[in-house]
Amino acid sequence: MRRSILPVFAHRLAILCYIVFALFPLFWLLKVSLTPNDLLYSEGVRMWPSRTTFEHYAFVLQHSAFPVFFKNSVIVSGSTAIAVTIIASLSGYALSRFTFRTKYWIVGLMLLTQMFPLVMLVAPIFKILTPLGLTNSLTGLVVVYTAFNVPFATFLMQSFFDGIPKDLEKAAMIDGATRFIAFRQIILPLTLPGIAATLGFVFTAAWSELLFALMLINGNNAATFPVGLLTFVSKFSVDFGQMMAAGVMALIPAALFFLLIQRYLVQGLTAGAVKG
Amino acid sequence: MASITIDNLAKSYGTYSVLQGVNLEIKDGEFIVLVGPSGCGKSTLLRMIAGLEEVTSGEIRIDASRVNERHPKDRDIAMVFQSYALYPHMSVARNMSYSMRLRKASKEKIEAAIAGAASKLGLEPYLERRPKALSGGQRQRVAMGRAIVRQPKAFLFDEPLSNLDARLREQMRAEIKKMHGDLKATSIYVTHDQIEAMTLADRIVAMHGGLVQQVGSPLELYDRPANLFVAGFIGSPGMNFFEGTRHSDGVRLADGTLLKVQLPPGADDEQGITVGIRPEHVELSAEGVGATVDLVEPTGFGIILHLSLNGVDLKVFTSDRAFLTPGQQVSVSFPTHHLHFFDAGGNRILR
Amino acid sequence: MTSRQHLLPARLTATTAMMPPTGTILPMTTAFTSSHGRRTRKPFLAQLADHAEPYLYSAPALILIITVMLVPLVLGMSYAFRDIQLLNPFSGGFVGLDHFRTLSQDKAFSGALKNTLWWTGASVVLQFTFGLILALLLDKPFRGRGMVQALVFLPWAVPSFLAGLNWAWLFNPVIGPLPHWLFALGLIDQPGNLLSDPHHAMWGPIIANVWWGIPFFAITLLAALQSIPRDLYEAASIDGANWMQRFLSITLPFLAPTIAITVLLRTVWVSNFADLIVVMTGGGPADRTQIVASYIFTQAFKALDFGYASAIALVLLVLLIAYSMLIILPRQTLLNKG
Repeated sequence: MRRSILPVFAHRLAILCYIVFALFPLFWLLKVSLTPNDLLYSEGVRMWPSRTTFEHYAFVLQHSAFPVFFKNSVIVSGSTAIAVTIIASLSGYALSRFTFRTKYWIVGLMLLTQMFPLVMLVAPIFKILTPLGLTNSLTGLVVVYTAFNVPFATFLMQSFFDGIPKDLEKAAMIDGATRFIAFRQIILPLTLPGIAATLGFVFTAAWSELLFALMLINGNNAATFPVGLLTFVSKFSVDFGQMMAAGVMALIPAALFFLLIQRYLVQGLTAGAVKG
Repeated sequence: MASITIDNLAKSYGTYSVLQGVNLEIKDGEFIVLVGPSGCGKSTLLRMIAGLEEVTSGEIRIDASRVNERHPKDRDIAMVFQSYALYPHMSVARNMSYSMRLRKASKEKIEAAIAGAASKLGLEPYLERRPKALSGGQRQRVAMGRAIVRQPKAFLFDEPLSNLDARLREQMRAEIKKMHGDLKATSIYVTHDQIEAMTLADRIVAMHGGLVQQVGSPLELYDRPANLFVAGFIGSPGMNFFEGTRHSDGVRLADGTLLKVQLPPGADDEQGITVGIRPEHVELSAEGVGATVDLVEPTGFGIILHLSLNGVDLKVFTSDRAFLTPGQQVSVSFPTHHLHFFDAGGNRILR
Repeated sequence: MTSRQHLLPARLTATTAMMPPTGTILPMTTAFTSSHGRRTRKPFLAQLADHAEPYLYSAPALILIITVMLVPLVLGMSYAFRDIQLLNPFSGGFVGLDHFRTLSQDKAFSGALKNTLWWTGASVVLQFTFGLILALLLDKPFRGRGMVQALVFLPWAVPSFLAGLNWAWLFNPVIGPLPHWLFALGLIDQPGNLLSDPHHAMWGPIIANVWWGIPFFAITLLAALQSIPRDLYEAASIDGANWMQRFLSITLPFLAPTIAITVLLRTVWVSNFADLIVVMTGGGPADRTQIVASYIFTQAFKALDFGYASAIALVLLVLLIAYSMLIILPRQTLLNKG
């Protein structure tokens, strides 16, 4: 037993290094956001300021457009997550349960969308959405984000559906259900982890999206958090405390969602990875 | 309850044929067992009756009306799956009542049906539990309960006992038989286990290679197997076979022994023939052919002896605890009325 | 690899499964004349519905993907041959290969190509290496593994723009500790901003990218690791294999398909990933961190020259397809031989 202590120690130490590396930047963000302005420079490299303050948060909430950005981002990310989850449940179910002629074309199309540079679409999408009045609008963003996230979400949902025995909906159909009722009443409730994973994944993705938001939105009214924060940074680039307070606020919903669903997400990717 | 007619039913996937022209007449209230090795098409046939597989050609009729194009939900049949296929997110009671709720049956009716099925199957204490919290045998009972509450036209069983251990399988087998005795419901039961087939069936349908080999009562199949496949498949330990040729006054076996038997005339001499005898019908007697004991397998209620007879392997089942050991000499004899003869095409020669 | 392997037999069943309807419609007409005709009349429509079903389920996804991704993609390709400037109402005409001619002379573009190689190569190699180590560390059961897993995977959930800002601040000598630490270690002469040093600026976004991308590799590799049957390791141990031998003879071969596919997908993805660079350096200083993807964005967003941006994008697409083919084709031929 004695010999096994050293590897265990090395293992724990390595894991500790990873945790420190993963969390330090976030810790620093939090630290600066809580440091009063007068200590910002004098205590620049200290691990924790001698005094903490919430004044940056108060300022951001009261004197900036961040509450609007936050609300916009919640609307956009929330609607996108819900829309994608509904659409991807249906298409993921189709890929999991049916064999049909064009299935492999559909899979191929979805894989293709994962391969080509989305920046390619910035210009054409802007050109298409402008006459439709969907630039500078949250709806436009939701439509675009939904389309972008459907392919991956479809594969994710498919891997969850694949894990549910086909006998279940066969039993339901023999019990007197149509396929759609079997899907709704039997299969979907069993896919709740998958739905949670998809919701969380898409919410986070939409919450983070920057390039299309920058391109399609100008002005504060429809700006999402990334756009708002970036504008704020370029305008008030010395108010580090306030910027980081805003950063912490942008982080919270994404991180919360992630911590809630990461178990299911790993599970879904596991199923996906096994298939390759 | 209903009768089911299978009329020249075939199923193929592209050029790969799974079932080729199956005909079967199932009477009202009959318990039919489809038996055969895996890949023989028995499950496919069952699933086609259920409506889970499309029909390539032929017809399925329930109570004389064609159901080929009917959706499973409109066929009014119940099915017990090998995996049980219980809805994991529903309690036992809700699992059993799902079909009735889909049909919008009244609350009282549903409750009465659940109570009836639960008492029949001894499930009363578990009604509010989820399937996950049940043992294998209990899940099996819930799956049967789900079929019972329906009062369907027919019950379909797809290898329902395969996932149970030996002891439980025996017990559930008896329960299914008892249940059928009570309900007198038309049942089609798929299994690869010939003991299940023998014990449960009113009639057995033995299948192989997508074709029905023989239909008959269990003892008919045991006593008068129609061909080599059925002869070898039914019965455990399996039948012994010897190759030989037809001779004017009997059969000459490969080793030169002449079996004096009366065979129907008509066929030519020197034709290939297979002789079969069940291990339990071989007699260990003082006068007979000498054989060497290769292996002794005691099963408790008898002994399976693996013998070598002039270089040919032979299995003998005896309830006599002779305490033989490998290497010992015994003599065996074959009562002619227990012999089965099959022609070169593998078909039974009637005597 | 495995996905491609299971595509083939399934495609066969897909085509064959479509065959029965023609066979079953014919006998139905005979049944129609029987006394149960009223019941068998409906199934023709019901059958039609049955076969339309998979399309009904996938229709919303397909419509969305085609209108919002495929159509703009094709449109974008056509822009590459047109003069499209947002602020110039007289633009829009076809210019043939003009954009590509300009592109071949464009020093910024060739620089961006080189930077893309550097950015992608360094990011993917480092993400993969550290991700694999992390996955191996997490594959061993220990107390609090779930908690650790949630913490080390957290960077993945950080919005990319925030990750970029966060690291930009960490590299900022006014507010971040990194320059001071690097200075203290003697790695730099003075605690300046790495991101404004033309020779080393690219390391800033790369480090941020590694931080952000390790979890992706760790999660997929961990998933693949956990699908390796445990008894293989037990059998190998009984056969006397040590840790390294087990790793080489069991772990690596089992991981190989996952590694190949994730590295391929990730390489493509990282080379398209402009967020961190746009946020952290904007391509500067002096275009030293400009990659092709961020260059496209700069052209479209800042210069509003959609035609030129699309031409660059098309070149990038061709390069990526060539790269994917380079990886996939030899594997395919190997597989076909096997």
